[in-house]
Amino acid sequence: MPDAPKGIQGNAGDIVLMVGTTKGAFLFRDDGSGSGWTQDGPHFPGEEVYAMALDQRGGGRRLWAAPGSAFFGTTLRRSDDLGASWSGKDERPVRFSEDAGLSVARIWQIMPGRANEPERMYLGVEPTCLFESGDGGDSWAAVQGFLAHEHREKWTPGNGGLCMHTILPDPGSRERILVAFSTGGVYRTDDGGASWRPRNVGVRAEYQPDKYPEFGQCVHKVVHHPDRPERLFLQNHWGLYRSDDWGEHWQDIANGVPSDFGFAMAIHPREPDTVYIVPLESDGFRCTPEGRLRVYRTRDAGASWHPLTEGLPQEDALETVLRDGMDTADTGGGGVYFGTRSGKVYASADGGDSWALVRDGLPPVVCVKAEVLA
Amino acid sequence: MITVVLPSQLRELTGGVGSVALEDGGATVGQALQALRARHPAVYDRVCTEGREVRPHVNVFVDREDIRWSGGLETPVAEGSEVVILPSVSGG
Repeated sequence: MPDAPKGIQGNAGDIVLMVGTTKGAFLFRDDGSGSGWTQDGPHFPGEEVYAMALDQRGGGRRLWAAPGSAFFGTTLRRSDDLGASWSGKDERPVRFSEDAGLSVARIWQIMPGRANEPERMYLGVEPTCLFESGDGGDSWAAVQGFLAHEHREKWTPGNGGLCMHTILPDPGSRERILVAFSTGGVYRTDDGGASWRPRNVGVRAEYQPDKYPEFGQCVHKVVHHPDRPERLFLQNHWGLYRSDDWGEHWQDIANGVPSDFGFAMAIHPREPDTVYIVPLESDGFRCTPEGRLRVYRTRDAGASWHPLTEGLPQEDALETVLRDGMDTADTGGGGVYFGTRSGKVYASADGGDSWALVRDGLPPVVCVKAEVLA
Repeated sequence: MITVVLPSQLRELTGGVGSVALEDGGATVGQALQALRARHPAVYDRVCTEGREVRPHVNVFVDREDIRWSGGLETPVAEGSEVVILPSVSGG
C-alpha cells in the first residue's frame, strides 16, 4: 500500500488539479514557481473516484470526493485541509429513501451551487437523479420532481451506467437548473426542481429508429460559461451541438472535427465562445483518431474547430478522455487540463496552444477538476 | 446471542471492533442485519442497499453457509449462530 497522503499545502494563486481514477484520487499543485507539479495521493486507494470538487464559496476551501468501493458502495467525503484529512466514511451517506426502489450505485458529479447560495450543493448520481443539500452537504435528499419523473422507466443506461453527469444551475435564477444524463438527454427545470422538461430538440439519437426523439439521447457532456449561461455546448454520443436559448433548440456545430463522437468537453474560463473537446474515432473504437492525441478548440462558438497538438503525442497514441476527464481553470493564461484512460494527465498554461505531461502511470483517469486557490 | 463478524474494511466504522454480539438478533439474517443497523447504521449502509438487500458483491454466511443458497435474508439464525460478512472476490 502506498504511503498515506499528506494533503497539499496551498497558497492563494496555486493551481490545484483533482484527479479521480478507478483506483483512488490524486491531488496536484502548481505554485507558479516553475518547479512543476507536486503530487499527493492516492487518496482512498483501491476505490474509484468519479467525482471531485473544490468549493471555495464563502471564503472556504472545502474539498469533496466521492470514493466508491466495488463491494461496499459509494460515500461522500470532504476535507477542509486540502486532503490532509477526510471526513469519516459514515458521515455523509447519500441514499435514496427505502421506498424509492432505487439504490445509489455511483456519484458522478459534485456541483457547488450558485455563488450567492453558499450552503446549496448538488450531486448527480447513478441511477440518474439529482440530489440537493441546503446545509452545505450535511444532509442530502433526492429532488422529488426529478425522482418521480414520468419518463424514468424509459430512461436506459449507457455503457457507463444511467449516470447524471452534468448539473448547470442558472447563476441568475434560483429556479432554473439544467441537467444531462446518459441516456435520457437534457432536462431543465424552471420552477426550482418541481417539474422537468426534456430539452433535446435537434439532438440526434443515432442508435434509435427515431433519430430525433423527445428524449432518450445519449448526451455525454454539456458546458456553459457563467457570463453567458444561456449558451450551451453539448458533446453527444455522435454529435456536437450548441444552444443559445438554454436548450430550447440545438444546432449542429461539428465543423472541422475528425469525428463528432467523444466524451469530454470544457469551456475556457474567460471566453464564453471558446470550448475544448477530444474527438474519438467512433463508438465502436473509442480512441483518438489516427493514433494522434489532439484536443480541438473552437474560439467562435463552434463555427470552426482547430486541432491543438504541441506537446501531445502524434504517433501511437490511442487514448480516451472520458466525460469528466477535462477541465479548465482561470489561471490568467487559460489553464486547460485532461486525463486519459491510460493514466496520463496533461496540462496547458496557454489556453491549449501547448501542452505538457503532468504525470504518467496513474490508474485510468475518470475525473479531472481544476481550480485556482483563492 | 448471535455474533456478526465484520470484514477488515468495515472495522473503521466500529472503532476497530471486528465482531458484534447481538443479544436480540432475531430469527433470520434479515432481522439480524436490522439489529446490526440499530447498533452500527454506517456498517449496515455499506452491507445493504436502500432496498434492504445485501449488496451484490458482498457475501454473507451463516455458520459457514452462503445465504444465497440457504434462503437469502430469510435464512434462519439460532442462538449461538455466527454471521460472517465478507467482500466477494470480484473487483478489478
